[in-house]
Amino acid sequence: MATRYSYGGDEHIFVEVDEEMSLDAFFKSLSITKAVRESQIKGVAEVCPANASFQVKFDPDVIKPADMLAELKKLEDQAAHSEAVIDTRIIEVPVFYEDPWTHETLMRFRERHQDPNSTDLAYTARINGYASNEELVRAHSGAPWFVSMVGFVAGLPFLYQMVERARQIESPKYLRPRTDTPKLTVGHGGCFGAIYSVRGAGGYQMFGITPMPIYDPKQETPYLRDFMVLFRPGDIVKYRSIDRDAYDAAIADVEAHKFYPTMRDVRFALDEFKTDPGAYTGKLEDLLHGV
Amino acid sequence: MAFEVKKPGLATTVQDLGRPGYYHLGIPLSGAMDQEALIAANLLVGNDAGAAGLELVFMGPELVFRDDALVAVTGAELPPKVDGAPQPTWTTFTVKAGQTLSFDYLRKGARAYLAIAGGIDVPVVLGSRSTYALGALGGFQGRKLAAGDVLPVGAPQRQVPAGRSLHVSLRRNGLEDPAVLRMLPGLYWHRITEAAQGGFFADTWKVAPEADRIGYRFKGGNPLEFVPREPPFGAGSDPSNIVDACYPYGSIQVPGGTEPIVLHRDAVSGGGYFMLGTVISADMDLIAQLQPHKPVKFVPVEMEEALEARAERKAEIDKIKAALA
Repeated sequence: MATRYSYGGDEHIFVEVDEEMSLDAFFKSLSITKAVRESQIKGVAEVCPANASFQVKFDPDVIKPADMLAELKKLEDQAAHSEAVIDTRIIEVPVFYEDPWTHETLMRFRERHQDPNSTDLAYTARINGYASNEELVRAHSGAPWFVSMVGFVAGLPFLYQMVERARQIESPKYLRPRTDTPKLTVGHGGCFGAIYSVRGAGGYQMFGITPMPIYDPKQETPYLRDFMVLFRPGDIVKYRSIDRDAYDAAIADVEAHKFYPTMRDVRFALDEFKTDPGAYTGKLEDLLHGV
Repeated sequence: MAFEVKKPGLATTVQDLGRPGYYHLGIPLSGAMDQEALIAANLLVGNDAGAAGLELVFMGPELVFRDDALVAVTGAELPPKVDGAPQPTWTTFTVKAGQTLSFDYLRKGARAYLAIAGGIDVPVVLGSRSTYALGALGGFQGRKLAAGDVLPVGAPQRQVPAGRSLHVSLRRNGLEDPAVLRMLPGLYWHRITEAAQGGFFADTWKVAPEADRIGYRFKGGNPLEFVPREPPFGAGSDPSNIVDACYPYGSIQVPGGTEPIVLHRDAVSGGGYFMLGTVISADMDLIAQLQPHKPVKFVPVEMEEALEARAERKAEIDKIKAALA
């Protein structure tokens, strides 16, 4: 991992922790951005962590760009020695895989897809060596995912699968992006998952849909009353496959403002995870379900 | 105080100076794309510089006022009319209760700003009244205006006469031909070959029809050639892909190496396309006034020049503030 610094005009510094994605790069980015926030450097306007990089927006009338850069390099040195342990949350996200709404949408944009004769999920299952759609769904909902970035549009989480790299699901983005994606579509592009927080353009493969609100600008959803965006970088997501009846029941609860996601506070230690990912994520899941 | 929208115009939105602080959750700054023009309009009618006004794009709305109001129109040359009678731009004038404020066709620029004494009094969301339409947040019900909307106006803070004008030397609404956008090369600049780097500045680009508050797309230059590489894990196979990262405001991404997109105030906060640099802060307002098909040149500058341009712009706004104090 070689950290690379670049100015983004006169108001941003862009820091690439690593060119490729890894949990190490993500944790380093997360710990430096935390240090930047805590450092109270005058002139810092926004600190945005991303998958394997981060960005600081600053006011060059308050701090010179070169001085801002020097401060960040200092914090990077300190962060390199910090332990990769975070206090975070594990959140269960119910998913209705191969639902009629994303299906209608993916059929509408079939000519923009690598494999017009297949569905997004069947295509991804095939190129990842799964024997059936069900097997892909089992892999997708089997291990948890890290929220490695929140953005693109309001409240959209990017998710990174917590398994060995060889087992990570990978799929290309659409050849040409769609102009439409249903709200709350669960998608996948490259090695990343995403949950589309709003309806709109998108290029990720569409696997299913969740009934669970994750962004509510009107703040009517009970658990989004304090803040309209659910996810934070560092959150852990566990998908659960649900059928049409369970989906409809959840939607009825959402509309009655009675839906609450299952979530628990957890401490995550990167070294322990890396020693035995399967056993470690199994323990996280036990915690989620109060075992 | 209030006014009713009779015809909404093309993409009329409520904007103030923006909503900083939530970009890390994907909620962008928003706010007037031409900040200087909104500041001038507000100060003309006696508002604070950051009061909420309307951003009018290409085609103005038709508004019926329910109460007397003092207003001013700045930015693009979009001539206002009161019950059909022409009114000056960059100058305060009165619209009486029952009268209709409408606009003639666009003469110059792309975005005009309408300030009303008292400011538009929509609810403050996350510290701002600006509209972020993609997230259905802020402004009037989180969207562009529609016929039948009734917008509340606050109580005027200062008494200002009609006919108050900003001196011509302080109005900025002209653009060179081609327009020049200064940029600081960087971010993933190294991903394209030296020949492509030179070509990017040598080419004259044209504003594409897909140009809005999220970003401005440009066409007509040569495709950029990439430095060959083994795709990093997680980036994707296209040479223009990167591991999804944050996008600075003003950053220039070139998906597939063909059409540059400069992100503006409703920017998508991140994504998986490489960026070759960032338009300097001093030139961001200029983008707001670019019409589709307008020729544009990108010109590289160093940080020092970017900071000088920034200081000059600040001095310009200070002059407007002094003139309208």
